Amino acid sequence: MSKDPDRMRRLEPAAIAGVMSREIANFRTFWKATAFSSLLEPTIYLLAFGLGLGTTIVTNVEGVDYIEFVGTGIVATAVIFASALPSMFGTFIKYRFQRTYDAILAAPVDVEELVTAEVLWIAMRAGFFGCFPILVCFFFGLSPTWGMLLIPFFGFVTACGFAAFGMAVAGTVSKIDQFNYVTTVVITPLFLVAGTFFPINQLPEGFQIAAQFNPLYQLVELVRGAAFGFETVDILRLLGLIVFSLVLWRIAIHQLTKRLID
Amino acid sequence: MPLDLPLECPIRLSNVFKSFGSIRAVDGLDLDVPAGSCLGLLGPNGAGKSTTMRLLTGQAIADSGDLEVLGFELPKQSKSARARMGLVPQLDNLDVDVSVEENLKVSARLYRVKDIPAAVDRALDLARLTDRRKDAVDELSGGMRRRMLLARGLIHDPDLILLDEPTVGLDPQIRTQIWTLIDDLRSRGKTVLMSTHYIEEAERLADDIAVMAHGKIIARGKPSDLVTEFAGELTAEVYGPPDRLTEVRALADAEGLRSRPAGPAVAIVGADRDRHTFIPPEAVWRAASLEDVFVLLTGEEAE
Repeated sequence: MSKDPDRMRRLEPAAIAGVMSREIANFRTFWKATAFSSLLEPTIYLLAFGLGLGTTIVTNVEGVDYIEFVGTGIVATAVIFASALPSMFGTFIKYRFQRTYDAILAAPVDVEELVTAEVLWIAMRAGFFGCFPILVCFFFGLSPTWGMLLIPFFGFVTACGFAAFGMAVAGTVSKIDQFNYVTTVVITPLFLVAGTFFPINQLPEGFQIAAQFNPLYQLVELVRGAAFGFETVDILRLLGLIVFSLVLWRIAIHQLTKRLID
Repeated sequence: MPLDLPLECPIRLSNVFKSFGSIRAVDGLDLDVPAGSCLGLLGPNGAGKSTTMRLLTGQAIADSGDLEVLGFELPKQSKSARARMGLVPQLDNLDVDVSVEENLKVSARLYRVKDIPAAVDRALDLARLTDRRKDAVDELSGGMRRRMLLARGLIHDPDLILLDEPTVGLDPQIRTQIWTLIDDLRSRGKTVLMSTHYIEEAERLADDIAVMAHGKIIARGKPSDLVTEFAGELTAEVYGPPDRLTEVRALADAEGLRSRPAGPAVAIVGADRDRHTFIPPEAVWRAASLEDVFVLLTGEEAE
């Protein structure tokens, strides 16, 4: 039996920083494309829904201009697309095709640290780029508020959950094509029933109840709170998102451990 | 055992088993690698070499058995062991869009290297890639990428180095370059475990060779000792049409000699010029080789 005076601990910041530094090094090679799409996509949505629908069919929702209603809701869309999708595809490609995780796990980094670093990095990116729709909204007339400074944090917390969700899915499927099931059955319904484009109180009661369990709906409500005024219930929404992220984080670690360690 | 004292055997595996479903990849493996030596783990594809490597890096968990690396018990203390070992993988897993230098920096951070610029310079020098440090890995030739994989595995100056098929798929010229680098590690007293299925590689680089087949070590020793023990001194190669070769093999069997196909010939191992008169005079006599040992022990063609 050997002693281990310098036995390494779990969740070491140095290991997490090391994995994140790899992501940053890679991101430097493609950040322009990410920034471009992050700006263009919300602009297209705002033009199509905000100006299209907003000037012809709906002008005002819950006392807010429709374009501002949509613009604040699109943050949720930006966050899920900037977290769940890169996480699913990136994780699968890294372990299956590029064998990146083999290289990382040969170093003093364990799966828990690897997943944590990946989730944090994707969430930071999503939290940042998730704010772009709000910036675009300013050009469409949305007034800045101090509460909006919290939007990157709300996006980050939610993106942690969806990045972990993506990693868990990638650690579960055996073929990349199986992501189609996930995007069709999970992601698309989530963002359609998040109150992004229409208020959920217009939906049947069952859908309204289901929406309460949709993290994206909670994010949309938080962002609208930041833009138009918070309510007390927003604290519960934030706590719910934190719990969602923590649970998905553990699930992702479990699934990736099964996938990466024989 | 205090960890700052040199270990007698940086790798100790005892009665290790590992199965994947119904396939037993490692089957009661016992393996010690003495400090400062280079052990060649020689075996055909599917012998269990890569699984053994993954067990050592904690990327596979043994079903049973005792594993100790650099004084740390695996898998419990695998992370501490990995901090002091370097792995050169069989497959290229560099970040191709990122520069050579940045790849090495990331690796240095993962291994908690304190003086990263110095470590990167040293690695670039070792891989002879100093003048390509700013280039993306994608722009490097196959040989350069292999050298870089080796340099990356050594970025933290590890005590133990695992080389998993370090030259698989490389052309002879690049293979020689890699061998020179591995030779240099040996001369610096590093402990090296190198899995390979290339006979020449094992013979040239390893102090000791462990022949692995069906998940266990079936022979171990210095290359010359293995040859003497399992293949004797001389091998006769008989050339001719297939029928003639079949006949020669039958005669060898009758004399209690072991034979094997060797391309267009039959190699009769451990033969004696004077005693085995059935061997035709046109046979080519040569010293018995590690390749003879490998084929006789594993039943597989050598590369």
